[in-house]
Formats: sequence, C-alpha cells, structure tokens
Amino acid sequence: MTNNQLMFTIFSAVIIIFSILTVTSRRILRAATFLLFVLVATAGLYFMLRFNFLAAIQLTLYAGGIVVLIIFSILLTSQVGQKLETSTWKKNIVAFIAAAFGAVICIITILDHKFPVEVTDPGRTDISVIGQNLLSTGKYGYALPFEVISILLLAAMIGAIILAKKRKD
Amino acid sequence: MFEGVPLTWFLIVSTIMFFVGIYGFLVRKNLITILMSIELILNSVNINFVAFNKILYPDHLEGMFFTVFVIAVAAAEASVAIAIIINIYRRLVNIDVEKMNEMKY
Repeated sequence: MTNNQLMFTIFSAVIIIFSILTVTSRRILRAATFLLFVLVATAGLYFMLRFNFLAAIQLTLYAGGIVVLIIFSILLTSQVGQKLETSTWKKNIVAFIAAAFGAVICIITILDHKFPVEVTDPGRTDISVIGQNLLSTGKYGYALPFEVISILLLAAMIGAIILAKKRKD
Repeated sequence: MFEGVPLTWFLIVSTIMFFVGIYGFLVRKNLITILMSIELILNSVNINFVAFNKILYPDHLEGMFFTVFVIAVAAAEASVAIAIIINIYRRLVNIDVEKMNEMKY
C-alpha cells in the first residue's frame, strides 16, 4: 500500500464515519462539529490531489465560514444540551431503504463503467494559471460565470440582510 | 489512477457521502440539520468534480472551476437559508419542519 493509498483510506474513513454521525447524532451542536470534520477531511483529499488553492478555499469558506454560520444559528435557535426529536421508525426505515437502494445502484454502475484515460499531460494547477483562466474570455476562460457569481453573492447578501432584519410593525 | 489511487475509489466515497446526505435530508426534522445534510450533498458532488478533473482530464482546470462556483453558490444558499430560519424562529419559536404547515402566521 503506497502512501497515497494510505492517506486516501484515512481521509475517506473520516469522511464516511463523520458524515454518518452528522445525520444520526441527536445533539445538534455535535452534528455541526462532525460536519466540520467531514469538510476538513475533504480539504485533505483536495491537498492530496494537489489542488492547493481549492483546498484553501474549502478550509476558509466551508470550514471557516459556513460551519461558523451554522453554529451561530444553532446557538440562536435552540438550547444547548437539548436533544433532537427522532422520526418514527417507519420513516427511518423507508429513508434508509431509499438511500441504500440509490447508493447500491450508483456503486454498481461505477464499478461497471470503464473510465478511459485519454489525457496524459499533467497540466499546471498553480495560482497564476487559475487567475488567468478565471478572468479570460476565450476558450477555457471563466470570466462570465465569475461575474454572474459575484452578482449572485451580492443578491444573497442583500436578501439575507432584508430577511433577517427586524420588522418595524 | 492517481499515483496508486483509482478513480472509482473517489467515486464510491462520494456516492456514500451523497446518499448519507439524502438519508439525513429525509429523516431529520430540524431545519438546520436539513441544511447540514444539503451541505454534505454539495460537498460530495465537489469531490466528484475534482477527481474527474485530476484523473481523466488533468490538462485543463474545468472541474476545479466548477467546484469553486459550487462552493460560492453553497455559501450564498447557506446565508439566505439561515436568514429565513432565524425569521421563522422569531415568529413560531421553533424550527421543526412538521410544525410549519402554513406560509402566513
């Protein structure tokens, strides 16, 4: 077993175990902490694949931003130590069967399919290439989605402020 | 194959994570835990994009840019969703999905 396989095994074990704990834990603050572990392990996978910039985004935006936002809203909306109600066992079983069925079908399809590797050029993932692609308008340029996403973020920010603002009446 | 790790391993891990997210989405009753399940789903899709990019088409960074945009959309979605959840909590004093059966209070 090579180093990479070992790292992959560790990261994927952390991802699977903590994502299951995230959806089954009965204390909501613990569930948020387990979600944080899943996101950090995903950043580890990105580092393993040498997408350093993407892993940094994952750590700052997901693990730093979204999880902190979720924890703040948990503290605002529920008492610490309060346990979540569970669903009925019937609903649990139906949801489990639906999820397991979908997972089995997808895994069978993945194992069945041959993924042909056609490109052997290793490519570059350093920050200058990313910046040039992100702002170029030619082929493999992403200037338009970049601008659209900036408008979306502005709209989301304004919308969130207006929604969460206290009404006067 | 990325230095000994086949593509299918990445796909299987992200499949399991995706369907764990689906299970949580169906089972949970609290709105914030449902939001957390959605984050799990989005994150598993990101792993897929990145693995396809690195192993099948490493000469361009298409999967990476898609992942960056998915992360940005997830951030926008989380902020708006939490604003809505806090607004609902202010009116109904709990955030249980089954108690929210009308849009106007």
